Amino acid sequence: MATRNKDIRAAALISGGLDSMLAAKVLLDQGVQVEGVNFFTGFCVEGHTQAIRKKARAKEKRNNALWVADQLGIKLHIVDVIEEYKDVVLNPKHGYGAHLNPCLDCKIFMVRKALVADVIDDGFDFVVTGEVVGQRPKSQRLDTMPLIASESGAEDRLLRPLTALNLPPTLPEREGWVDRQRLFGFRGRDRKPQMALAESFGFADYAQPAGGCCFLTDEKYSGKLADLWQARGERSYEFDDIMLLKVGRHVRPAPHYKLIIGREEGENNFLAGYRKQFTHLRAASHEGPLALIDGELRTEDATLAARIVARYSQGRDADEVEVEIREPDGASQSLRVAPLPPTALQAAWHVGA
Amino acid sequence: MTHKLDARGLLCPLPVIRVQDAMRPLAVGSVLEVEATDPGVLHDIPAWCRVHGHGVESEERGDAFRFRIVKGP
Repeated sequence: MATRNKDIRAAALISGGLDSMLAAKVLLDQGVQVEGVNFFTGFCVEGHTQAIRKKARAKEKRNNALWVADQLGIKLHIVDVIEEYKDVVLNPKHGYGAHLNPCLDCKIFMVRKALVADVIDDGFDFVVTGEVVGQRPKSQRLDTMPLIASESGAEDRLLRPLTALNLPPTLPEREGWVDRQRLFGFRGRDRKPQMALAESFGFADYAQPAGGCCFLTDEKYSGKLADLWQARGERSYEFDDIMLLKVGRHVRPAPHYKLIIGREEGENNFLAGYRKQFTHLRAASHEGPLALIDGELRTEDATLAARIVARYSQGRDADEVEVEIREPDGASQSLRVAPLPPTALQAAWHVGA
Repeated sequence: MTHKLDARGLLCPLPVIRVQDAMRPLAVGSVLEVEATDPGVLHDIPAWCRVHGHGVESEERGDAFRFRIVKGP
């Protein structure tokens, strides 16, 4: 069997989590050539938050998808799909999950992209995912499995080794590239079968992301994205927008502007990289966070914005704090303001809280 | 032939993606010198090179990390 398999190449979607790692390993053990494909949508939890926040920065950081590839000894192609992915987020044919997560459209998109495989020259014979029937209420169900296969264009060239026995045989199984007897019939939300399989492979230290690998499954993040669309009067985004939604405290005192206030040193440093694009505020008389203005800071807004920034500075209990407001072109003004008392900071101003 | 890539200011995985794109057209034995600032590259660039069979050396210089990658067969 192994000799027959060696010219067959499979593209495995590698998220960095356990299931996709197991799925790839099952095929490797059958002698199939497997290469990993990982998509960077801009919403990936992977990497960025760790890179920005100083507290998290001290921890060991690694890209889990690369770590998986390294453990398995397979190539990994990381594909930048930031632009193309906008259409998935903005116009999901199958709608959203609990938040702004278009999981079903996302999976269709990724399987299609992996199959097209412009990441390698001569293409793949089939695509492998770590999906399990019944694992996710919206996207991983018995009735969504064939939908993903057909809408992605993969048809029967899409193999889910962990749940294959719950599904009709696919092309790789029928052709004998893969031995169906050595695939699995996992089903439902129980993680024990995956953990047992991981143990049998000797996998330890694999990532177990709490809310999945995507910020769009996060209620607070989705709240901030919905607020951004509402404030702008249109559903659209740029890469910098979705990056900034991952950082800082977002406070919107008026529909036409919000403050993005750093919560610690790492976030302040990250926000500092945007000073040439955004009007920004910082306490001058006291230590305090950097705050970017997203939107339009009108003359009549300056005092309130400065008082909010003062409230998050070391001068929060002082009678007066000097706050500098600087435009992207460098023009600046200073205001002496009383920090806003916590009771005056309306709960409704906290975006995504 | 030595090629250069400036990935300073980019957060992971973007530096790795830029390295991947820069390496693709290079001939075996070509060298790519990379500069990056996100500490994540210390794991990610060597891991990427390892899985693709490219040689890599790294050094830390001030706030930046520098890599010298030699394209493998």
